[in-house]
Amino acid sequence: MCQQCGCGNAGERQEVSVKVMRGLLADNARVASHNREHFNRHGTLTVNLMSSPGAGKTALLEASIDALRGEFNIAVVVGDLETENDAQRIRAKGVPAVQIVTGTACHLDAAMIHDALHCIPLDAVDILFIENVGNLVCPASFDLGQHRNIVLLSVTEGDDKPAKYPVMFRAADTMLITKVDFLPHMDDFEPARACHALRQLGNSAPVLSVSARKNIGMDAWLDWLRNARAAREQIA
Amino acid sequence: MHELSIGRAMLEQATSIMLQHRARAVTAITLQIGPLSGVEPALLNTAYEQLRIDTVAESADLIVHAMPVRIWCESCQSSHDVIPGRLVCPRCGNMRATLIGGDEMLLEAVDLTF
Repeated sequence: MCQQCGCGNAGERQEVSVKVMRGLLADNARVASHNREHFNRHGTLTVNLMSSPGAGKTALLEASIDALRGEFNIAVVVGDLETENDAQRIRAKGVPAVQIVTGTACHLDAAMIHDALHCIPLDAVDILFIENVGNLVCPASFDLGQHRNIVLLSVTEGDDKPAKYPVMFRAADTMLITKVDFLPHMDDFEPARACHALRQLGNSAPVLSVSARKNIGMDAWLDWLRNARAAREQIA
Repeated sequence: MHELSIGRAMLEQATSIMLQHRARAVTAITLQIGPLSGVEPALLNTAYEQLRIDTVAESADLIVHAMPVRIWCESCQSSHDVIPGRLVCPRCGNMRATLIGGDEMLLEAVDLTF
């Protein structure tokens, strides 16, 4: 029926269904590719660290920065809901760090990284770490333009975490089991079970066990970084 | 709750499609969401109830097609519906089966009125 006068002339009102079939985060994906091009142009390896809060992302970065001093120039982008604490810990190591305070947002997105890049001289950066917001759900859905995803799982969490958070652990290019110095005190955490849960997701990514504080397994992690960095150099 | 960001991106796309077609309003938004996209349809619905207010989609229905998780196994040449936490081939145990469905986060269609 006509909306103007109710005259019954159906020609006045028309409904159309437009087929779209486009990703809901297509705009984020576009900015992420732009970021990736930017990293590639500068030969920077970008590694996105994701985990639940308190799994040891910042401690891993502190130890990695110390170990790689003089070998690589490192910079860090840190996402947190509040505070500059993590960026301050990184800066104390003499490395540039940009803190993104997300407020209520539970994840970083490609546009936030793009803005942060304006504060980082990529020409002088070999490895850029993105320390994502501590959260095993939301960050997994947002491409930032990174080359590699690292998912940390500390032994004080359950070894069934990959089964509980399949979206996150499917995205892992490498899984790091952290705080392994506590393993003797954790009766219910079996690294083999965590690894099995990851394999059940069809993910054959390497699994490394580390303790950043007690310097256990760090060599394998640092070699992983060196290899990833060398692979970037070949492409660039 | 990243569904708020995703709902916002969804409304931006629907609005721009409406403007392209010079339509008057959006009457329905249809999505395809798989569990491995990381989007929880119930939370997206809650976010949408807030986001739609005072927009061209204020009276638009949100229709979510929940997509099944499916894998294709190259070894035994078969496809299977599986659960999100177990993506290995249920027939032969192949751990390198290919995901062929279940990670969709798609805007399928936008219904417009003129």
